[in-house]
Amino acid sequence: MKELRLMKGNEAIAEGAIRAGADGYFGYPITPQSEIMEYLMAEKPKERTGMVVLQAESETASINMVYGGAGCGKRVMTSSSSPGISLMQEGLSYMAGAELPCLVVNVVRGGPGLGTIQPSQADYFQTVKGGGHGDYKLITLAPASVQEMYDFVSLGFELAFKYRNPCMILSDGVIGQMMEKVEIGDQEPRWSDAYIREHHPWSTLGKTPDRPHNIITSLELESSRQEKVNLKIQAKYRILETEEVRYEMIDCEDADYVFVAYGSSARICQKAMELGREKGIKIGLLRPITLYPFPVKVLHDLAGKTKGMLVVEMSAGQMIEDVKLAVECRVHVEHYGRFGGIIPSPSEVLHALENQIIGG
Amino acid sequence: MSENITKEELQQDENLIYCKSKVLTDNEFHYCPGCGHGTVHRIIAEVVEEMGIQGQTIGVAPVGCSVLAYNYFDFDCQGAAHGRAPAVATAIKRLLPDRYVFTYQGDGDLAAIGTAETIHACNRGENIAIIFINNGIYGMTGGQMAPTTLEGMKTATSPYGRSIADTGSPLRITEMIAILPGTHYVTRQAVHSPAAVRKTKKAIRKAFENQDLKQGLSFIEIVSNCNSGWKMNPRQANDWMVEHMFPYYPLGDIKVDGQLVK
Repeated sequence: MKELRLMKGNEAIAEGAIRAGADGYFGYPITPQSEIMEYLMAEKPKERTGMVVLQAESETASINMVYGGAGCGKRVMTSSSSPGISLMQEGLSYMAGAELPCLVVNVVRGGPGLGTIQPSQADYFQTVKGGGHGDYKLITLAPASVQEMYDFVSLGFELAFKYRNPCMILSDGVIGQMMEKVEIGDQEPRWSDAYIREHHPWSTLGKTPDRPHNIITSLELESSRQEKVNLKIQAKYRILETEEVRYEMIDCEDADYVFVAYGSSARICQKAMELGREKGIKIGLLRPITLYPFPVKVLHDLAGKTKGMLVVEMSAGQMIEDVKLAVECRVHVEHYGRFGGIIPSPSEVLHALENQIIGG
Repeated sequence: MSENITKEELQQDENLIYCKSKVLTDNEFHYCPGCGHGTVHRIIAEVVEEMGIQGQTIGVAPVGCSVLAYNYFDFDCQGAAHGRAPAVATAIKRLLPDRYVFTYQGDGDLAAIGTAETIHACNRGENIAIIFINNGIYGMTGGQMAPTTLEGMKTATSPYGRSIADTGSPLRITEMIAILPGTHYVTRQAVHSPAAVRKTKKAIRKAFENQDLKQGLSFIEIVSNCNSGWKMNPRQANDWMVEHMFPYYPLGDIKVDGQLVK
């Protein structure tokens, strides 16, 4: 029988990390995600699996510790919330450039600046459009439940290593703080050095006589070679865009109108959908699970079958730009958002659909 | 002795008194003639070779003149972001506690942008070695003022000489980290003379051997020159270093076996 637990989203991330066989977590406290490191410290993962957990002096140090661990082929991660994630952008750019896999969890709070500790989805641009310097992308998973917080840890590591690229779980204060039932998986083993040497031969575990020394770096001063580095990274992204798109579609078959929302906004939209259907309005929901790669094709196809789309985000309108690009003006698209830590109610979302799309 | 001795006849093991360490690659150093980096690289490679730890050593290179250090060491290396090498090395050592891990950093990297990472890695007592090259200037970017630039020293960003009133005093970060309980061995050395090279080699060997003791961090500052940045020839630069740098950054052990040297 599967093990079930009632957990906070943040706790599910922490337990998921231990169970996934992660080698290391390096972090710095920030609301609303501090339970992740607190849970890890209390669980003594060094004793459970040998996992290293270290509180760093800053988010800057955390992400660079992650860089060092990832360079050794280890499954390492960090977590933070918006202001801390901003501090990590340098490290993320270096990791993308050095083609290092890692997992970063952002339990988003309202900004800009110190903003608020309440939930928000205003870090979409930072996450999927780059964030740091240079041409790179973060594989981005958007959980909408505590179960997905748990499940996406191992999925995130899997994708990060498959593509040798950082992966971000883009959550928010609602998903991080709320409690739900979670089905806990079996304990996965940590990778042995021999396994890492065989499967990730680029890692710096120590030179062996059968190979040249390994170097982890994002530096290539010679322009023609640096362009090749960029082309290689871009080629990976094209594969990601065809093979790793994940989304959930609910009641879209007969829908006249579609909500497009991710994370906690998608949960709110689900309720708004029910309220709408009770009134006879046929509404569906498209929930992107991967924000990068974005579900472009499914949105494009859906655009030809519906009368309007409402993009619901806890931001001033960020994902709507990707939705508009995907539908190529084939359908009327509007945005509804609350921000600064305000969570919209299902009835206000339905009202927005009625006003901006149906009556608009 | 035959006058017709061939090169092959001469190059016998019994005639060999010195050769390049096998732990250095065949890549040519990009450093300016007279620069201390090449000497320190050679010493590190010799220590790693003599200890027989090539397969257990992981180096972390900085951003600065020695950004390409990993091209010269024939062991696994990572290139860190500017100032972040101690954080990178922390994770490597924590995850691979039986490896020999060191960072190689310049004064801007270690004592300006990376101050927090330096102090906290030292304070946590990470069982790593930090090798800190202090030449009082930003060499790679074209000779700007460093945190360790001496008072009155002219650089590209202090063209009338460093003013203490405007920019504070040259930072003796090595003395700062020596008072932290996490450091086990702290020393300041140089590589301008054969005697100094021998002392530095001993210090670097000790810093690697200390990693077996797990008693804390070993920190070696090497006061070096930058003849290009100082706008001198190599000989003048070494003389200037002895005359001006050494009085402010005195050579010798600062902390040995966890005890401050009185």
